[in-house]
Amino acid sequence: MHKDESADEGRSLLSNRTAEVVVALLLLGVCTIVIFDSTRLGFHWREGEGPAPGYFPFYIAVVLGISSLINLLSALRGVGGGETFVAMRPFGRVLAVLIPSIVFVGLIQYIGIYLAAATFILLFMVVIGRENPLKALAIGVAVPLALFFMFEKWFLVPLPKGPVEAWLGF
Amino acid sequence: MVYQTCRDESQSTLKVPGTIIPTAARRETTGRYTVDEITSLIGGFKVALSWYNLALMMVGILLGVIIGVLPGLGGANGVAILLPLTFTMPPTSAIIMLSCIYWGALFGGAITSILFNIPGEPWSVATTFDGHPMAQKGRADEALTAAFTSSFVGALIAVMLITFLAPLVAKFALQFGPAEFFSVYFLTFASFVGMGKGSPFKVLASMCLGFALGSVGLDKVTGTLRMTFGHDELLVGFDFLIAVIGLFGIGEILSSMESGLKFSGSHAKIRLDAVLQTWKKLLSYWITSIRSCVIGCWMGITPGGATPASFMSYGLAKRFSKSGDNFGKGEIEGVVAPETAAHAAGTSALLPMLTLGIPGSPTAAVLLGGLMIWGLQPGPMLFVEQKDFVWGLIASMYLGNIAGLLVVLTCVPLFAAILRVPFSIIAPVILVICAVGAYTVHNSMFDVWMMLVFGVIGYIFQKLGYPLPPLVLAIVLGDKAEEAFRQAMLGSQGNVSIFWSNWLVGSIMTLGVVLLFWPLVTWLGQKRKSRSGNLAAASAGAAAVDRDK
Amino acid sequence: MVRALQSTARAGIGVAMIAAGAALLPAAAQAWEPTKPVQFIIPAGTGGGADQMARFIQGVVAKNNLMKQPIITVNKGGGAGAEGFLEVKKASGDAHTIIITLSNLFTTPLGTGVPFSWKDLTPVAMLALDQFVLWVPADTPYKTAKEYIDAVKAGDDKSFKMGGTGSKQEDQIITVALEKLTAPKKFTYVPYGGGGTVATQLVGKHVNSSVNNPIEAVSQWKAGALRPLCIFDSKRSIYTAKVTATMAWSDIPTCKESGVNTEYQMLRGIFMAPGVKPDQVAFYVDLFKKVMATADWKTFMEQGAFNQTFMSGDQYKTWVAAADKLHYDLMKEAGFLAPGK
Repeated sequence: MHKDESADEGRSLLSNRTAEVVVALLLLGVCTIVIFDSTRLGFHWREGEGPAPGYFPFYIAVVLGISSLINLLSALRGVGGGETFVAMRPFGRVLAVLIPSIVFVGLIQYIGIYLAAATFILLFMVVIGRENPLKALAIGVAVPLALFFMFEKWFLVPLPKGPVEAWLGF
Repeated sequence: MVYQTCRDESQSTLKVPGTIIPTAARRETTGRYTVDEITSLIGGFKVALSWYNLALMMVGILLGVIIGVLPGLGGANGVAILLPLTFTMPPTSAIIMLSCIYWGALFGGAITSILFNIPGEPWSVATTFDGHPMAQKGRADEALTAAFTSSFVGALIAVMLITFLAPLVAKFALQFGPAEFFSVYFLTFASFVGMGKGSPFKVLASMCLGFALGSVGLDKVTGTLRMTFGHDELLVGFDFLIAVIGLFGIGEILSSMESGLKFSGSHAKIRLDAVLQTWKKLLSYWITSIRSCVIGCWMGITPGGATPASFMSYGLAKRFSKSGDNFGKGEIEGVVAPETAAHAAGTSALLPMLTLGIPGSPTAAVLLGGLMIWGLQPGPMLFVEQKDFVWGLIASMYLGNIAGLLVVLTCVPLFAAILRVPFSIIAPVILVICAVGAYTVHNSMFDVWMMLVFGVIGYIFQKLGYPLPPLVLAIVLGDKAEEAFRQAMLGSQGNVSIFWSNWLVGSIMTLGVVLLFWPLVTWLGQKRKSRSGNLAAASAGAAAVDRDK
Repeated sequence: MVRALQSTARAGIGVAMIAAGAALLPAAAQAWEPTKPVQFIIPAGTGGGADQMARFIQGVVAKNNLMKQPIITVNKGGGAGAEGFLEVKKASGDAHTIIITLSNLFTTPLGTGVPFSWKDLTPVAMLALDQFVLWVPADTPYKTAKEYIDAVKAGDDKSFKMGGTGSKQEDQIITVALEKLTAPKKFTYVPYGGGGTVATQLVGKHVNSSVNNPIEAVSQWKAGALRPLCIFDSKRSIYTAKVTATMAWSDIPTCKESGVNTEYQMLRGIFMAPGVKPDQVAFYVDLFKKVMATADWKTFMEQGAFNQTFMSGDQYKTWVAAADKLHYDLMKEAGFLAPGK
């Protein structure tokens, strides 16, 4: 993951400093949630139970909070902050795989994992990978089919299936 | 001691394991024991070496490799799924096939870790740290050979331990109570502190996030729900595998996409002599191998398991290696250490199962269930009542590992060639397999979504220099460490001195504390010496100290 | 939701196919049969008593060809079994999912407040009742339960450690019941992940006693590492074959005989998803009857000293309802109920 900051990657979308600050704030958020629940659970010694359920998470959250504060401050003071976290074009490429993946996972719930996988592999290879459509079709059919036989037939592990599989009697 | 009972039947009645035979008596008769064990082992080989059993062995290894490669479908699942197939076989054949599936899965776990940064099993995580960078540099064949060979060495040493020291060793496992378990986990964490080059506060934040995620779900010590806020999906907590598939697998795909549409290792040469070339290099890492074997056997027996073993072994190798600074960038020693330890632990985990009836790993637990179905009662009496079975199994451990090594080594060029497939094909296929893996862990779509979330976290953390290994380690071992700590505290009524109450727990804890402060010590030492103006001598001295340790 | 719909759809097709078949073959009219692999959920981790039994059943069914479709066992022990029970609760109408239960069917919802109860499931059959035995390491001086209880009473408060599986579950409930006899002294109850671990921890003397199920501790007993003090049942075990050189299961006195008036047994039973049809339940009742008729099952029962009681239908339902009430009372008394229960 070398940071590629050459001119052809487009303008900077987000500086490292901003990213650092956002992550530190998110971690502080996690810390608040954990401390909130730990106080409900109790974090002292309890007769017959030993250290209460919130004991361990509480102190973990305290350490998390302190480290995140230090990380936040050093980010605000600008240690290594000038660099680009992500530029336009690389970000576009990341989204090009992330968004289809989200759609793929969303589709699983409606059409089952096998059809969703076939569609995802086919479209990904053709649209993003610019591969030969025939090759894409072959792989898009072969992989889900192999998975189907491996999981449903061989290992007997049922995976999510949709209306088409139901229609075929599975 | 269990095995001794069967040879002592004539002299005395069967007695408690662990209390029989005073040390002096044992020493007198040691010679005879070894001869007995070799005779029994030869008998075992005769059982295992039928054509039928050899065929089952090969089938088992191949199935195991497939199971190990598919993330989510681990060795334990694989054995559980295939268990019913074996009910119609004779018990010895059945256990031979099942244990070969187990070896196969152990070998297979390394393949995806190295090629795609996706550990199929918890104990393969540490293999990704250096294995995957090696693959990216076009040295996948070397990394794979190193991983398979180290696994084999680890397993072989562990089997020899089982063959000759089963009695002594089983007794050792009994000494492990909550305090001892905590000390082991503590040592694992301690050996991992100071691993990264970056900000120590980022290491801490990362590790604590892992602990926090690990504490979600039911608290086993008091039976209360934590951090679930009324959501049923969170009841079971964040499974380690989901986190790992996301953080490493998906995160890696996002990172690769960012830097353009190809793996940097796509020019991987396919060298047919890669195996021999790598073997030559491996010889010089014998110290690491021995250390890793010791850690692995110890962890498998106690039963701390293969996961802490692989992490601890990696941490210590980095600490004590001459090239420790290069760990994480594709150092072959960083593959040798975790693989040797994981395999040694995975194999020796079968020992407490056979002799005590306690499984040292989830797979061992499933095998234990199998034993019951075949009408065998695991436990101290198995070595006495079912000699054929036990020695057949032990012989199959030797044969299965040799067969496994041959199979996977032949396939090294094939595996390495997978990296030559263009990213635009491999990326969607990996994503699909990751989704399947995430789903199979709990049969839940929620996990598949979480995998994507972890993927984004992994991508961002990596870019900002938050190290992922401490996070994963904390998710894997955090709740176990907490449980052991609280059990120990309950037992001692809050008295911390329980962690130094006997030589065993005391020495592990002390070692942990030393390791925890080791970075500080070396740092101070170097500072003092550099002030005296003799830099070269200082680093040489530090290196010497490192080797001595 | 979608999955529930899907499975309903699948079950629907299954029923339709059966209906079509039934039209052709009137003789087989009542016989529903699984049309795909049956998922057998274990609401506990691998290696425990429930896990052993479920895998054993899976094996017996496969070995004797009792069913055309295979059984697939799945461990869903997260959240003290809540993971497994919630899954079955959600799989309404799905006749291809069955679950083996242990006491966590009652204790988990009461202790954690997770929303499910046995009323959300369809009772199928009781397979057996699992016994509990009070165990101590063999080289401790206690020969009877009374001696041990007296020693606890005489010792410092909380100086005796009782190891058990899980928290606020059956082992701890029994421990609390024993504390009535040791009052004002209490045990320190140390919860572990599984019964096998507890037995080993007891052999290693990290705890002073345990209330392991027979099957979890039998191999240690055989090897002479553990000693049974008493069995928490109203009468002695029926198995008279010698387990060790000198003792059989039937030689273990009941706790009542030893002056410790505590009884507890654990359900090993089968439930299905809600909303399944009577003929589907009947199929499984019949299947388990066949399993129980095998010689393997009898050996297994003896090995684990199970109390062999078979129940199905209304009798089983009544038993479960009574057991639920009992657990509620016991847990209320022990102070284990989750807030709002």
